[in-house]
Amino acid sequence: MIEFEHVSKRYPERGDALKDLTFRLEAGEMAFLTGHSGAGKSTLLKLIGLLERPSRGSVRVGDDDLARLPRRRIPAHRRRIGMVFQDHRLLAERSVFDNVALPLVTAGMTRDDIGKRVRAALDQVGLLKLERALPLTLSSGEQQRVGIARAVVGRPEVILADEPTGNLDPELSQEIFRLFERFHQLGVSLLIATHDLDLIQSLGHRTLVLKQGRLVADAIPRPAAPEPGPESDPAPAP
Amino acid sequence: MSNRTPRWLRRVGTWAGNHRRAATETLDRLIRAPLGTLMTVAAIAIALALPATLLVSTDNLEGLAGDWRRGAALSLFLSPELDEAAGERLAAALRSRIDIERVAVVSRADGLAEFREYSGLGGAIDQLPGNPLPVVLAVYPAADLSPGEDVDALLAGLAALPGVDFAQADAQWVKRLQAILSLLREGTWLLGGMLALGVVLVVGNTIRLEIENRRDEILVMDLVGATGTFIRRPFIYAGAWYGMLGGMLAWALVDTAIWLLQRPVDRVAALYEAELRLVGLDLHQSLALLALGTLLGMVGSRIAAGRHLQRLRPV
Repeated sequence: MIEFEHVSKRYPERGDALKDLTFRLEAGEMAFLTGHSGAGKSTLLKLIGLLERPSRGSVRVGDDDLARLPRRRIPAHRRRIGMVFQDHRLLAERSVFDNVALPLVTAGMTRDDIGKRVRAALDQVGLLKLERALPLTLSSGEQQRVGIARAVVGRPEVILADEPTGNLDPELSQEIFRLFERFHQLGVSLLIATHDLDLIQSLGHRTLVLKQGRLVADAIPRPAAPEPGPESDPAPAP
Repeated sequence: MSNRTPRWLRRVGTWAGNHRRAATETLDRLIRAPLGTLMTVAAIAIALALPATLLVSTDNLEGLAGDWRRGAALSLFLSPELDEAAGERLAAALRSRIDIERVAVVSRADGLAEFREYSGLGGAIDQLPGNPLPVVLAVYPAADLSPGEDVDALLAGLAALPGVDFAQADAQWVKRLQAILSLLREGTWLLGGMLALGVVLVVGNTIRLEIENRRDEILVMDLVGATGTFIRRPFIYAGAWYGMLGGMLAWALVDTAIWLLQRPVDRVAALYEAELRLVGLDLHQSLALLALGTLLGMVGSRIAAGRHLQRLRPV
């Protein structure tokens, strides 16, 4: 469960990135986060991943109040969360296997356990045969799947994805979202920041819309109209 | 390890495995950048070798001064009215003491002959009405007496004996040499302290650059939940490797310097009809040099890693 209560984030140099945000994402729920560039999507994800702390309000993940979480517990918190990025953030000098293994290595797992879990994760994203390849020899879609395998290998409670299909063509984007759907069916909570309104509408999950740091809509989008007509928008926030 | 292995043992195995992996990966990384590694290691080695060579040289000179002082006699000049027979009686009494190894009696005639030979004043001596020199006892202290305080105490005791006019140590210059060596030794420690600080700074700066080069990797590790200890570990090992390799090279430099100095020292020693074998670092000193290098490397890397990683991971 993720809960934001009157959360604001202010940067000294560029002002308010988030303003008085309140919402709750239940365990096992999948939701999209959308809005224009600079609307605060990445900042919101950073607050959940504790890459930033809120200026005001409380962010809770499970039983933890992140504003008060001591620094020494941050690594354990991050291991409960899998993060996927638009630029993949893979280590170019390490093999696919080693990249995916990283969260398990840092968690101090045994080599045998790491081997089993990494191969299972690579199998889930269809890259088992490429475990020895270096990331730069892979296509962009394959690199993103490695990123997803790394995010899920530690069996996190929550997956956060920041524009995971931003660099991919529509077909690859659908493939990535199908993967996310599969993890959702396994009971993982997902919060995915994306600009891709077509995919949001086609998948029909809850969608949070941010505008200039404020939550302006929180609803499940209506299916697209069969005939050309006005663009369907999510309903306003309650 | 099998599933039957106790949990704590598996954790220890994992911990040891993480350390082994960090140590080997770091060493591998250093080997793959040989030029940069060599430059850092050489800078550390020179900083360690300089005070180590000075200390070894001081040790050699101190040993030499001690030997010379032990070989030197204390001269007891007896009262002019005492003759050789009285001198022999006093010598016999002194020979029974445990703090004296041997005593030689230099008769007045022998003393005059020696003086005539070495002073070049033969003509003037011939003009004297008689032999003005007293009987002298050459007293050699026991080998187990320390060249400093013990011999000084013995000298003072002998000077107070009845019939002894005055007593003199023949090795005042060795004492002065020892004082100079003591000063040199203290100066070397001071220099060593400054150069140790230099090693810490060299390693610290190298680790700072390494952290900058691996910034992306560090950020990714941070994102996936690596602890500060886990992220710092390879950098601490890098510092330890730099220091250890620097210590090994320093050891080689010191021994090479001693080997190169042996020939000129032989030439000087030959002028004094003496033999002087320079001694390099012994096993304990060599291990201490390696340990010191490793420790300084770890301290430098720990400081740099703590400082610069804190900047990269502000939350």
